[in-house]
Amino acid sequence: MSQGDITFAGPPGARAAATLGLLRSELGLTFRRLRTLVLLGVLAAVPVLIGVVVRIETGDGSPAGGPGAAGGGGPAFMAQISNNGLFLVFTALAATLPFFLPLTVGVVAGDAVAGEASAGTLRYLLVAPVGRTRLLLVKYASTLAFCLAATLTVAVSGLVTGALLFPAGELTTISGTTIEYSEGLWRALLIALAVAASLAGFAALGLFVSTLTNSGIAAMAGAVGLLVTVQILNTIPQLDAVHPYLFSYHWLSFADLMREPVLWDNLYANLRLQGFYALLFGSAAWARFAGRDISA
Amino acid sequence: MAPYESAQRTEGDEDRSAGRRRVTRYAVPVAVAGVAALTIGLVPALADSGDPDLPKISAQQLIEKIAASDQQQLSGQMKISTDLGLPSLAGAAASFAPKGVDGEGGSAAAPDEKLMELVSGTHTLRVAADGPDKQKLSILDDAAEYSIIRNGSDVWAYDSKSDEAFHAEDGHAGKDGHAGKGEKPEGKAPEGMPTTPKELADEVLKAADETTSVTVDGTASVAGRDAYQLLVEPKGPGSTVGSIRIAVDAENGVPLKFTLSPSSGGKPVVDAGFTKVDFAKPAASTFEFKPGKGTKVTEADELEKQAPKGPKGDALPFGGKLHKDGKNAEGVKVIGEGWSSVAVIDTGAKDGVPSSKSGELPPEAGQLLDSFGDKVTGKFGSGTVFSTRLVNALMTDDGKVYVGAVDKATLLKAANSQQ
Repeated sequence: MSQGDITFAGPPGARAAATLGLLRSELGLTFRRLRTLVLLGVLAAVPVLIGVVVRIETGDGSPAGGPGAAGGGGPAFMAQISNNGLFLVFTALAATLPFFLPLTVGVVAGDAVAGEASAGTLRYLLVAPVGRTRLLLVKYASTLAFCLAATLTVAVSGLVTGALLFPAGELTTISGTTIEYSEGLWRALLIALAVAASLAGFAALGLFVSTLTNSGIAAMAGAVGLLVTVQILNTIPQLDAVHPYLFSYHWLSFADLMREPVLWDNLYANLRLQGFYALLFGSAAWARFAGRDISA
Repeated sequence: MAPYESAQRTEGDEDRSAGRRRVTRYAVPVAVAGVAALTIGLVPALADSGDPDLPKISAQQLIEKIAASDQQQLSGQMKISTDLGLPSLAGAAASFAPKGVDGEGGSAAAPDEKLMELVSGTHTLRVAADGPDKQKLSILDDAAEYSIIRNGSDVWAYDSKSDEAFHAEDGHAGKDGHAGKGEKPEGKAPEGMPTTPKELADEVLKAADETTSVTVDGTASVAGRDAYQLLVEPKGPGSTVGSIRIAVDAENGVPLKFTLSPSSGGKPVVDAGFTKVDFAKPAASTFEFKPGKGTKVTEADELEKQAPKGPKGDALPFGGKLHKDGKNAEGVKVIGEGWSSVAVIDTGAKDGVPSSKSGELPPEAGQLLDSFGDKVTGKFGSGTVFSTRLVNALMTDDGKVYVGAVDKATLLKAANSQQ
């Protein structure tokens, strides 16, 4: 049973239509906002930047990253870019996943409820014939849509830049085997989806933070602050007993899709972890939001 | 403004206070957390389905089973955990390891240095084999992989992190023999560094004589396969090796798991076993390697010119038996028999351990070295004992090195007996 039963007494079909309408307007609101477009633009610039730098550095035939890169400095897959442009997609995702991508998600998720509250529009939203539970689900769905859009932005920008600057064709997996370019494209898509799914847990956490306050800025800062804290905790070796429970623990597992055969264990573990975070903080957000006095 | 919700979840129980309802709502996330915690706690316990029931066999039969095993095709995933108790992993390991003699190789993809990483920590490995000609061993890392691929006469090593490859023709490939044994993809592993259960088991069985007790100790389930457990224990005192346990597939005799526990107790020193194993033929493409356009390829011939061949690896103590051949390096002598044998290496360096006193090293480095070891004196003069959980080494000030998988007292006794 949901809020809809009380706030809207129409037939179920109409209720679904109302939810869909709300979702559509939510998506339009998110993706038409100038801030969102700027965030996506910045994300799209990252692969271009990496691609140009690697291209300049390897222009004389030396391996990527110069002599110092032998130890594997820089983000994952950096060294392989000069082999095949498709690796720029993976490098760009590996470079943006630790902070950049979740940062943008934190901004969007943190703003989801608190932004409406601080703009004074939340009460009008609640007048719509959709219950609070559904409103929250719609907010989460549009945040997830942003996760996917942000990831695909990085991936597509990396794909185009890589194709322009570097050779295409067969590519070598990190296991040393060779796969066709079409197979590589398929894996790039899977990787983008895996990265987008990696952000689901943090998106739920951001949404929960967003229900705690009436200030959009405070919610964004809170979500991003949590992200930074978790990522710092992740680098402290003494805390390795805690690490498996942090939402970013399996983030790099998307790279396992470039093994041959694919190593699914960590990818599944990541999905389980993200599902747990989504359920935990989704239900916490619901508990908070459904019982809250909306005064703004 | 009053909250909008009035009766959801409580089915018309209108008397409940708003506070009550709020508590009920917060019970949902708490329940989610509780279920997750229970799952984490219970699933491993439930998954442990107990040891399989298998007909009893003797140790002799089991060893024969291993020897008769001609499983040619195999692929699987292994986990190897090594805890030698070295003070600081990489640096100290290098100082004990034979690689120190070799100098730095010219390629990040050269196998020897990579395999040294296995000496500490936990690693996930993938192995695949298809007959004597095709083997592959991969060390899985975060977003990177290091693979050694043998396909016919070609041996490739590929380091995806640095995108560098290493190529050798069979002649240069080191110990690629053991044809027909099936699962020896790590043909290029330095000697004394066995990396699959099979190879580890071979070493141990070679050591089985009157100093060793070999028994069958029940059954186990490894990577979903039913297995017998072979238990190998040193009989005499003085060895740091407590026991060695090898799980052998009950069906085809392939060793699936190897565990070496120190006599001092605690966590195993080496724990290597399959987490997944498949005895079907691996895809042919698994063994094909073609360097990409930008991949830096180092040929083995070039490397050999750069680095003179050092003595074969012998620092690792699996049974301490490797020295017995006496052919590893000049100046190596073995004192004692069986598990408590101690190798003596005369380095010829009269200064012994570089220490803060000798002035060869900056004082800080000398102090660091000193802090790893204990100063000792005896009939052999004075020296420094470096201890790990498995190997103890004594470096005397007159340049002799005593190494063995024996405790410190046995080591000092052996050193004294030489004077």
